[in-house]
Amino acid sequence: MTENIITYPLVVHLFFSIVLMFFWQKIKVQKILTIVGNFIALGVAIAVFIHIWSNGTQVVNAGNWDAPFGIVFVGDMLSATLLLLTAVSGLAVSIFSIVSVINARLRFGFFSVYHFLLLGLNGAFLTGDIFNLYVWFEIIIISSFVLISIGGEKNQLEGAIKYFTLNFFGSLIFLTALGVIYGLTGSLNMADIANKIKLIDSQVLIDISAVLFLTAFSIKSAVFPLNFWLPASYHTPPSAVSAIFSGLLTKVGVYALIRMMTLIFPQDEFLMNLLIVLSVLTIISGSFGAIIQNNIRKVFSYLIICHIGFMIGGLGVFNVLAISGVLFYLIHDIIVKTNLFLIGGVIYRIKGTTNMKKIGDLYHSFPKLSLLIIIVLFSLVGVPPLSGFWPKISLFLSSYNNENYWYFGALILGSFITLVVVAKIWSEAFWKKQPEFSIRKKKFISFGQLYTLQKWQFITPIAILAIISLYIGFGADHIQTLSLKIAEDIIDPQNYIDAVLKP
Amino acid sequence: MEILLAIMTGILYASGTYMILRRSIVKLIIGIILLGNGVNLLIFLLGRITKGEPPIISPELKHFADIYADPIPQALILTSIVISFGLQAFAIILVKRTYKALHTDDLDMLNTLDEDS
Amino acid sequence: MKTLILRTASDILLPVLLLFSVFILFRGHYLPGGGFVGGLIAAIAFVLHAFAYGLKNTRKIIKIHPGFLMPLGLLISFGSAIAPLVAEGLPIMTGLWVPGHFPVIGKIGSALFFDTGVYFVVFGVSLTIIFTISENA
Repeated sequence: MTENIITYPLVVHLFFSIVLMFFWQKIKVQKILTIVGNFIALGVAIAVFIHIWSNGTQVVNAGNWDAPFGIVFVGDMLSATLLLLTAVSGLAVSIFSIVSVINARLRFGFFSVYHFLLLGLNGAFLTGDIFNLYVWFEIIIISSFVLISIGGEKNQLEGAIKYFTLNFFGSLIFLTALGVIYGLTGSLNMADIANKIKLIDSQVLIDISAVLFLTAFSIKSAVFPLNFWLPASYHTPPSAVSAIFSGLLTKVGVYALIRMMTLIFPQDEFLMNLLIVLSVLTIISGSFGAIIQNNIRKVFSYLIICHIGFMIGGLGVFNVLAISGVLFYLIHDIIVKTNLFLIGGVIYRIKGTTNMKKIGDLYHSFPKLSLLIIIVLFSLVGVPPLSGFWPKISLFLSSYNNENYWYFGALILGSFITLVVVAKIWSEAFWKKQPEFSIRKKKFISFGQLYTLQKWQFITPIAILAIISLYIGFGADHIQTLSLKIAEDIIDPQNYIDAVLKP
Repeated sequence: MEILLAIMTGILYASGTYMILRRSIVKLIIGIILLGNGVNLLIFLLGRITKGEPPIISPELKHFADIYADPIPQALILTSIVISFGLQAFAIILVKRTYKALHTDDLDMLNTLDEDS
Repeated sequence: MKTLILRTASDILLPVLLLFSVFILFRGHYLPGGGFVGGLIAAIAFVLHAFAYGLKNTRKIIKIHPGFLMPLGLLISFGSAIAPLVAEGLPIMTGLWVPGHFPVIGKIGSALFFDTGVYFVVFGVSLTIIFTISENA
């Protein structure tokens, strides 16, 4: 049974989303089931991680068809790490969503769709077939469309339309790229493509398909010229939804880019330079966008863009150190970005708004919670020894040694502006006196009026994720070992190809 | 045939992109549908069109002796048609809901300042 | 559209189309057809009925909410997908076949159950979509 272990996360999430559909309208049962399901998924993810850590890359041929012909699921260390992070954030967000999402939304099958989203994420991380990757992307975006528009408030619908259009457009470009690469190589298996693409003489055709893939994944992960849907939509759905979106959805695009660039289009001079340019522009646009916003959740949305730039650029530098920095940053970013939007949700629950001009004095009213939040914010900035600091060392070092000074400068700028933004949030929302604004909303239950259990359900996921960030910071050598191992694994794709095709 | 299909694909891409860039939401959906069809045609075209050679092996042979029509592009197109069917159904309902909530068909009007949210 | 001709035709066509959809479902493994097409044909049968008699009457003759068929179909497909994993430790979605030849259907295997699940899902989804759109029109 152990050889099929990497497909278990998919089985668990699919099972729970189906079961949750049977309990349509029965919210209490759904809440319990989703927590149970996410705990099981976390356990499975840990088991998968340990299994792959000790036994190396695992391959499952779905339907027992051999590799280049059937669909394969490949679990290497990169997939295993991302599965684990998905399970952790999935659990935290599900705990958060059982109190923070209102019942009217839960009644429309919120949790069922949520499990479908996690299923899609797990599938995208595991698959070794490029068309299958497209299908998982579609599962992800269909579920995310439902999650972003569930409830149907005005601004939510506006955000949903923008989100829908660009993501669907991105999928179509992905499909175009897929068609081109199939026409070039006659294969859909990523390992097989990696082998066959070396035999193609025309560099132009390869570059065209690479740029199409780059465009598609850039739309998904909000890289510079294609990033404007993100701040227009991520602040509109409930906080739990934006948390899982910001933590994992944009990172799937980054994952796909890492996979493509290391496996199928390695060491392509043109692509490397393109990635560096895009990353510099992404960092600049994201960070300047973040400075001028007043809505905390919009600030966080722009910071997502800024930090996507960090990772894309590291991929452009392309050596073991840079890739390990990217992976470390990815690990840190998934946890912290998920947590940021959860924090945004708590602030909204306390004050009834997330506009910095209208809130203040959080530190005096909730000192312990504020300390928890400052850990997360400092991890985001990368104050040593917290988690954002260590990957930046790798990125700084590798870009400086490689003489990518533009990227080096953009990294400094991005980090600095992140610091400014965090300082602004801290001084405006936490230290400033509460300004005279009366926020009146019908049926708004503020944080103080909640039961103790509900308060804990708000705080626990944030605390769990903050503890994990602390672990990433203080146990940095573990994570560094892990990311170096992954980087060495993926920078030479031959291992992956051999594992899949079994020569 | 290939030339004709290539031109058709180009027209579908161009008109789809043009429709997406219009300001009306309904035209946006039309654009998405056109683009989706263009992509399907492109995959069909890039899978190399072979006429009258079904991918069936005769009992006495073990593998294909001649070139044959590749069935994979058709499977891909079928999958992508089903997926875009679902997405377009969702999009139409989304647009309808948006129109009911906001009473406008103009994408430029979808900019309610939502500083409070 | 509530003409006598359409009503009479849909009365006859409803059972015929349903039977035809099941036929298409079963022949799908070796010949053109399968769960997806079968489900669509079954949905069309009820859409035709809804055109002739109105949505309320169609809901009455379906009895259960079409949305309920989605999880049911998914569960059947899911069961057939993990059956090889649970039963024999093979990778998911491996085809399992019952030995022997059955009249009408031919060979029975997990693929047939997968297709049956798809049939229900497509049937449920298309009816839900069409009912939702036409109810709020």
